[in-house]
Amino acid sequence: MEKIIQGKAYVLGKNIDTDQIIPAEHLVYSLSNPEEVKLYGKYALSGVPPEQGGLPEGNIAFIDEGRFDSEYTIIIAGQNFGCGSSREHAPFALKVAGIKAIIAESYARIFYRNSVDGGFVIPYETSEHLNQIINTGDELRIDVALNTIENLTRKVTYTLNPLGDVFSIVEAGGIFAYARQENLMAQS
Amino acid sequence: MAQTITQKILSKAAHRKFVDVGESVWLNVDILLTHDVCGPPTFDIFKEEFGSNAKVWDPRKIVVLPDHYIFTANEHAHRNIDLLRQFAKEQGLEHYYDVGGDRYKGVCHVALAEEGFNLPGTVLFGTDSHTCTSGAFGMFGTGIGNTDAAFILGTGKLWEKVPESMKFTFDGVMPEYLTAKDLILHILGDITTDGATYRAMEFDGEAIFSLPMEERMTLTNMAIEAGGMNGIIAADAVTEQYVKARSKKPYELFTSDPDAKYHSKYRYDVTKLEPVVAQPHSPDNRATVRSVQGTKITKSYIGSCTGGKLTDFVMAAKILKGQKVSVTTNIVPATVKVALDLEHERYDGQTLKQIFEDAGCSIALPSCAACLGGPADTVGRSVDNDVVVSTTNRNFPGRMGSKHAGVYLASPLTAAASAITGKLTDPRDFL
Repeated sequence: MEKIIQGKAYVLGKNIDTDQIIPAEHLVYSLSNPEEVKLYGKYALSGVPPEQGGLPEGNIAFIDEGRFDSEYTIIIAGQNFGCGSSREHAPFALKVAGIKAIIAESYARIFYRNSVDGGFVIPYETSEHLNQIINTGDELRIDVALNTIENLTRKVTYTLNPLGDVFSIVEAGGIFAYARQENLMAQS
Repeated sequence: MAQTITQKILSKAAHRKFVDVGESVWLNVDILLTHDVCGPPTFDIFKEEFGSNAKVWDPRKIVVLPDHYIFTANEHAHRNIDLLRQFAKEQGLEHYYDVGGDRYKGVCHVALAEEGFNLPGTVLFGTDSHTCTSGAFGMFGTGIGNTDAAFILGTGKLWEKVPESMKFTFDGVMPEYLTAKDLILHILGDITTDGATYRAMEFDGEAIFSLPMEERMTLTNMAIEAGGMNGIIAADAVTEQYVKARSKKPYELFTSDPDAKYHSKYRYDVTKLEPVVAQPHSPDNRATVRSVQGTKITKSYIGSCTGGKLTDFVMAAKILKGQKVSVTTNIVPATVKVALDLEHERYDGQTLKQIFEDAGCSIALPSCAACLGGPADTVGRSVDNDVVVSTTNRNFPGRMGSKHAGVYLASPLTAAASAITGKLTDPRDFL
């Protein structure tokens, strides 16, 4: 895994549910065919009402017209990110769009598991209300070993909650890689 | 050591005497459920990880119920059904319920119950967040993603963190204007959409045990709307009667120890509760129907795993008998069985189907339909600035189709009463 994750922030509110992350009508595309996979990037976060996307101003597109990936690398959000359905297409779509880490105050269980076990994005938690003090477009730098996030635009550093038990799964790159590494599964 | 019912079931599945809250344990899975949206990517991951010739751990324990995008012209949706069919054939899955023939069932959570797959004391994982519905049968049921499901396909096992439990006790005799949907919307208003994250929600009390199985399923179905890992109701004589009529398989009854520890306990007197809705755009945005009475609606939708069971339609029929709806009203039976029951079940001398047709409702074919929006040609999908009163489970922005629509979650009684007046209406006005 990358030890340093650096890139621009895209800021969202609380209770961003999976229908906002990837609307249900798009769940029909293949997750393995490369041409169709790109569509998950194109429609990532397309269910977020425009005024609530790219806070604090809002009305900032996550994916520019005609593109399949985003100029943003890190999502900053409030409580209960990823609530709603069990669709693994949600963290998958964010990964395809170019997101590497999410920093939220809390997550819904299935989204959290999917992010970790599928090895798509790193779901960090923080007790700070970062979505109220970081602006969309700020340049951020996460230090995975130190559990810190630095806002390079504003020269402030915040602490992230350690990943705890799931760190080894994140580090391995997902539950299958982890299970092989720990001999929980026969090599195939 | 005292344990909750959820701990006891997980202990059994982990082959242990006791599991403690917060510890992660490997569980032996009794049933894995999947459908047309998450089945194909799950099968892809399974093959990628276990090999292209790999066989599933136990073909008798996998239930595949296509239900999401069935009656649509969308080619990608059709391809997903083909992929399910192909995998079921290749793996010899006897519990694959194909589309387009006699085997098709409909919405997976309701069909699981009807087909006898819900057995007290067992562990069910499903690639759908509403897998918690099955907890109404005194079993553990929870939703997972494709990767976790692929892991189960190959190994029959999955890790889970033993949840803390929250207890919700409902005392008193249910008034005729109150439904399980009102009870769960009350809870959501109290604890919010992340009030039970990673926890078990255990329901008990006189009012709960007086409910038929389908109403109990409405309660456990929406545990996920509070972030719950599972919802659970201990099995009783009502459960056993339902299960025995549908399955010959053995099962085991568990109950929480009287001194089991809970994260929190809530107690309600059902005689003091009122019909409620969840206003746009969150299932916890509770208001009594009376306080928003008169709000104009453009559609009424009665369907889904939450509100498309026979008991839901019996309730709706009580209100709609001899009345006319004034807005588009979609009746979407969850399953083929429910659709057939509409033709036979009578209320006040008429079949439910006749009552709905006479009232001017349109009856759709059984599937998830517009509960989650779906492809553009989905029946009942919200458009533009629709204001929908719906018996479904979620009303986040865009959930039923249009991002600009507002959805009021309500009981079948409230959805039916509102369909008649074209405004949010307390069902007591028609009872």
